[in-house]
Amino acid sequence: MIMTTPPKIHLKDVRKAFGDKQVLNGVDLDIAPAESVVIIGGSGTGKSVLIKCILGILTADSGTIEVDGTDVTHTPAGSRVAVNKKFGMLFQSAALFDSLPVWENVAFGLIQGEQMNRDEARHRAIETLAKVGLAPEVGDLSPSELSGGMQKRVGLARAIAGNPEIVFFDEPTTGLDPIMADVINDLIITCVKDKGITALSITHDMHSARKIGDRIAMIYEGRLIWVGKAKDVDTAGNAFVDQFVHGRAEGPIKMQLRR
Amino acid sequence: MNFLALIGRVVLGFLGHIGRLTIFAGTAISHCVRPPLYPRLIGQQMIDIGYYSLPVVGLTAIFSGMVLALQSYTGFARFSAESAVANVVVLSITRELGPVLAGLMVAGRIGASMAAEIGTMRVTEQIDALTTLSTNPFKYLVVPRLVACVLMLPLLVLVADIIGVFGGYLVGVYKLGFNAGVYINSTVDFLEPLDVISGLVKASVFGFLIALMGCYNGYYSKGGAQGVGAATTNAVVSASILILTSNYLITELFFAS
Repeated sequence: MIMTTPPKIHLKDVRKAFGDKQVLNGVDLDIAPAESVVIIGGSGTGKSVLIKCILGILTADSGTIEVDGTDVTHTPAGSRVAVNKKFGMLFQSAALFDSLPVWENVAFGLIQGEQMNRDEARHRAIETLAKVGLAPEVGDLSPSELSGGMQKRVGLARAIAGNPEIVFFDEPTTGLDPIMADVINDLIITCVKDKGITALSITHDMHSARKIGDRIAMIYEGRLIWVGKAKDVDTAGNAFVDQFVHGRAEGPIKMQLRR
Repeated sequence: MNFLALIGRVVLGFLGHIGRLTIFAGTAISHCVRPPLYPRLIGQQMIDIGYYSLPVVGLTAIFSGMVLALQSYTGFARFSAESAVANVVVLSITRELGPVLAGLMVAGRIGASMAAEIGTMRVTEQIDALTTLSTNPFKYLVVPRLVACVLMLPLLVLVADIIGVFGGYLVGVYKLGFNAGVYINSTVDFLEPLDVISGLVKASVFGFLIALMGCYNGYYSKGGAQGVGAATTNAVVSASILILTSNYLITELFFAS
């Protein structure tokens, strides 16, 4: 895909290894402003590691990661507060702080990051909870009192509460029933795509990938082996993509059943 | 050859561990003196560490003081030195038993809880979430615990000293038949400021070690529930060993000459 505008996120030959295991083996990807890209791929292929490298939770061994033209490849997490303010993240397990009530989870970035007054932050949190379909009373509950779907919604509210420019979604529909998964997909579209936020998602869920992505990229053995429009994923003409999309055991991708 | 390789691996692993712990401690200390700090969180930790540890530290101290008086009396009776019971109780409690027992009890209660809480946050990606919310995990999780522990342990030890001496007084006066006034005079006359101060200095060092080991083991825990369990055990064991080791070193520093 040829971009006419400078990319929001630019990845060039990003590599990351843990000991002898090369997890990312030269990832190249450009994501345009307001674009939603979904990365698909099997477990252990480096999807989460890639997102963590962009967020600065992990440091890439080599390559270049640029956000809005700024090289953040080797900037440690503690020194990239300004860059991280552009980010929102929905974790696979929601990763809500169980010592805080729901509203404070949602307002966390506003209170700690932007030093917003607690009353004002609470008001903003309740507003954001409403955007993801949760009643104000939910704000006073503890995260442990919520169902998995509600936790994901709170996680989504926390991710968008600070009006980020880029949101990352790590397996947003994993572990949810099909109806709740579709509710989350719709919320992602409403809260992110419709507001022109750039999104990078990783998922196994092909229905979700087709619905929330403008483009889909498939990662295999630490490299992106196919990148194309979401509507073309079923006719990609790539044996790896075909096998993954149709969920077939037979094909070029061999699952490691033992180490 | 394999045996040598095994020894090499163990030594390298140990040195790596020491290096990582040193960097962790240095980073934590540097964050303690750089804003932003979180006074609200420090306050919460001070209540948790100081106030909620009072019952367990108080009980330990009172029974230690009582046992000490009883044991000293029966031992010293062989040399007709029963009058030294009050002196022995106050010196033992303020210099050694107060700080060490309080340190060990707090290591068991607070060190374990810190490792379990931070470890659970690590394996459930809550620490990663802090980073994505522009919050430094060291400042938010480690610094409040470290500051609170260093400040509250001396206060706890001061309380333990008073309760421990009171335990000795109870046994001395009501069981062993000492005159109350004489017992109190022996206690107060014999006590020097350095005895109490050395105990409080020890308490601060122990507080630092307890929080450091609790946070460090929790921060680097991995592998789910089993990893958090191992982190909790390591936090308590390593803090206890460090308390006993540093206790000797500080005692040597204060009293060797």
